[in-house]
Amino acid sequence: MSEVKVLDFMGKRKIALFLSAVLLLVSVLSLATRGLNFGLDFTGGAQIELGFERSVDVELIRSTLVDAGYKDVAAQYFGNNTDVLIRMQEDNNPALGEEVLSLVQAMRDDVSLRRNEFVGPQVGEELANQGGIGMLVALGLVMLYIAFRFQFKFAIGAVVALVHDVLIVLGFFSLTQMAFDLTVLAAVLAVIGYSLNDTIVVSDRIRESFQTLRSNDISYLINISLTQTLGRTIITSFTTVLVLLALAVLGGEMIFAFAIALIVGVAIGTYSSIYVAANILMLMNISKEDLIPQEREQVDQDEVPSWLKDEGNEADEKP
Amino acid sequence: MLNKYPLWKYLIIGFILVIGVYYSLPNLYPNDPAVQIRATKAGVIVNNNTLAQATAALDAAQIQYFGADVQAQSLLIRVNSNEDQLLAKAALQVGLGSDYIIALNLAPTTPQWLSVLGGKPMALGLDLSGGVHFLMEVDMDKYIGNRLANFEADIKRSLREEGIRYRAVNVTGSDSIQVVLVDSAFRDQAKTWLKRNVPEFLYSDTEVRELPSLNLVLTETAISAMEDYAIKQNQTTLSNRVNEIGVAEPLVQRQGRNRIVVELPGVQDTASAKTILGKSANLEYRLQSKDGNGDLFTFKDSSRTVMLEKDIIVTGDSVTNASTTFDENGTAAVSVTLNSAGGARMGETTKNNLKQPMGVVFIEQKSELLGYETINGEQVPQYRNFEVREIISLATIQGIFSSNFQVTGLDSPEEASELALLLRAGALAAPMTFVEERTVGPSLGAENIAKGLESVVIGFGLVILFMIGFYKVFGVFASVALSVNLILVTAVMSILGATLTLPGIAGIVLTVGMAVDANVLIFSRIKEELALGRPIQTAIDAGYNRAFVTILDANITTLIVAVILYAIGTGSVKGFAVTLSVGIITSMFTAIMLTRGLTNLVYGGRVVTKLPI
Repeated sequence: MSEVKVLDFMGKRKIALFLSAVLLLVSVLSLATRGLNFGLDFTGGAQIELGFERSVDVELIRSTLVDAGYKDVAAQYFGNNTDVLIRMQEDNNPALGEEVLSLVQAMRDDVSLRRNEFVGPQVGEELANQGGIGMLVALGLVMLYIAFRFQFKFAIGAVVALVHDVLIVLGFFSLTQMAFDLTVLAAVLAVIGYSLNDTIVVSDRIRESFQTLRSNDISYLINISLTQTLGRTIITSFTTVLVLLALAVLGGEMIFAFAIALIVGVAIGTYSSIYVAANILMLMNISKEDLIPQEREQVDQDEVPSWLKDEGNEADEKP
Repeated sequence: MLNKYPLWKYLIIGFILVIGVYYSLPNLYPNDPAVQIRATKAGVIVNNNTLAQATAALDAAQIQYFGADVQAQSLLIRVNSNEDQLLAKAALQVGLGSDYIIALNLAPTTPQWLSVLGGKPMALGLDLSGGVHFLMEVDMDKYIGNRLANFEADIKRSLREEGIRYRAVNVTGSDSIQVVLVDSAFRDQAKTWLKRNVPEFLYSDTEVRELPSLNLVLTETAISAMEDYAIKQNQTTLSNRVNEIGVAEPLVQRQGRNRIVVELPGVQDTASAKTILGKSANLEYRLQSKDGNGDLFTFKDSSRTVMLEKDIIVTGDSVTNASTTFDENGTAAVSVTLNSAGGARMGETTKNNLKQPMGVVFIEQKSELLGYETINGEQVPQYRNFEVREIISLATIQGIFSSNFQVTGLDSPEEASELALLLRAGALAAPMTFVEERTVGPSLGAENIAKGLESVVIGFGLVILFMIGFYKVFGVFASVALSVNLILVTAVMSILGATLTLPGIAGIVLTVGMAVDANVLIFSRIKEELALGRPIQTAIDAGYNRAFVTILDANITTLIVAVILYAIGTGSVKGFAVTLSVGIITSMFTAIMLTRGLTNLVYGGRVVTKLPI
């Protein structure tokens, strides 16, 4: 690959740093002031989805329920204007679904009960705690693995990139006030997985460049690595977003927020694997010496198990 | 030769492909809705007469059915649709009466050549099949409180029997008991004796109002053993009640320390399911009345009535276990274990009442649907709650016994196991409450399946179009790899018996997107190697080898995340984690071994002048 083609990513790193700082600031501010619009899974309470054959007025449904004496009733369209999601704080009431259905049936006979959920308050709290712990454990383990496979500075870079991505996805959900439920939490964890995947690929190449190229210009070494992986990063992110778009458009309302969280996550993850992880390496003054203890010639070849190799490929390999 | 696989590698790839296709195929044969007919009690047989009765009932109700067959102990009748299934259940319940349980079921349609090696379709989660999900919490504090009260009584009695003089034995906290002795010699004696005989506690010396005392605190192991017991007991009871509701593939599973998940696919009537699950039962052991005074009870099979004494010897709380066994004559019997307080009461009673009959009364809270009442123009179901007190066993006291005894003279092993079940059910260990409930309507379930499938197909199609357009021949390799990956994910999930949920489908879609990555990594590497001026064969080989480490690192870290997701997730999120993990592993096989095989097959071992990549 000729040197003319090397893109100067690190030259723009100040701009990237500024952009990340702004995004993080907005996210954290929004999370602090507006918070997340936690779904039923985390808050506890009751939730009922009603399906109608023709379009329906949510306000009418809400007022009907309020008139019937239910407290804290929130009703909204779910996906389209024939589907209504009703949420309320109700104690465990076995017949709530039927009660609501029959109340609504009195004015609209084309209604059917699609879904009825009740979650006790302490269950929700536990789930939220578990989710938080899970995220921290995931970050910790991943950091250990990278520190072991690469080097400590790479682990810091990867984890900062992950925290960056997670915060921004959470910030997005806080800003838009989309419901944050258990599947969205799963998506955020999947974002960790995805963003990590990206960061590892880039780190892997940076390590290789450090070990095989003669130059001592760190910025140049990182640039060349990023340039070489750029094609792959873009294609993978593109195909992933492609399937996620299919999921968001066709998957229905129950999976919509999940798909959106992943789309935002993949976009941010792609950006962060280029700018955040590498930027952190630069900030920590990564040097060739950092990788010397692990230096191995032809590290890739050594790692390939014998069953995967072609017979006799070493003999054919041209120097 | 470079880029040539030996034959055995192709054979391995071929073998994995065949296995994958074989085990994923059953998913193309959807289950038929069906109703299953079982007898409610021992003695009632399900046979061709039952079948004739059942088909007559269905004919009368004008419900179409097919493929009715008599199996061991049960009868399965297939119907055309889910609506027919509900109608058929109602019609059969009326037609066959209360001797039979009619359960909604799903009859597999897997052809024999697929099922012979254990092939079966994936189970569908509630969000896809429709049904009810409950999370029940067992009140452990209350249960452990009850157990402590038992310990208190036991300890008092033991100390008395051992001649150890004490002032007081009191429960002092949620996990502790205090024993106040009269002097320190008795304290030492008490400590030695209790440590040996009541190992559930940790013992420490203390003073209460200047009297030597012992502090007893339950050990962690004892607490968790009690919790395990309570959960298991409740789980058994719940399983029995679930069977009563009649559900195809119910799930009753422990979740965490003190919760039990109950999933009832196909059930829509939450309210009545809840009353059946939440009802409580108890037992009373009473002597048969000698002088005609007492309470009159009916036998469970309504055969006769018996007058029992008003005095209760022990209740179900004292029963710690009941299991089927055989007596010395080899006939079926039930072995019952009481706690020591109950055992002491029982010992006293049996000593004074040899050769007297003793009965066991089963008390059950039931509710029945009386019908629908129209209130303000709405149909409101009306339930009546009532208590049923029936005799489940009346036996003569043959000898003096206390904590361990047998109920003999039962007609069959089935009868014995039914009695043991009732005895255990009556001894429901700890009260439960509903902490979570989810109902998914059947139409929503079907819609979720359709939408999920559609997004898989479209997402998959778009990726394939893009890959072939971008990478030409190698794009075709990648597309083959993706398709095989999809087949393998389905096969592995089916083999594992994993449940497919909506987030699970999302996981598959995501895997399709991410599985491309490994191929892209390899192809980019090959392109680079070519750009460096390497010969084509060397470039292909180096591309695969160099990309391998990257792929491994990237996938292992994603796998770590998926495993954590599985550990913390519940229900549908677990489904997502499972498909994601399976997808990562199979994608490594397809991207690395399969596409390599294809590449070798097409380009390996011959002169290639131009590589379209």
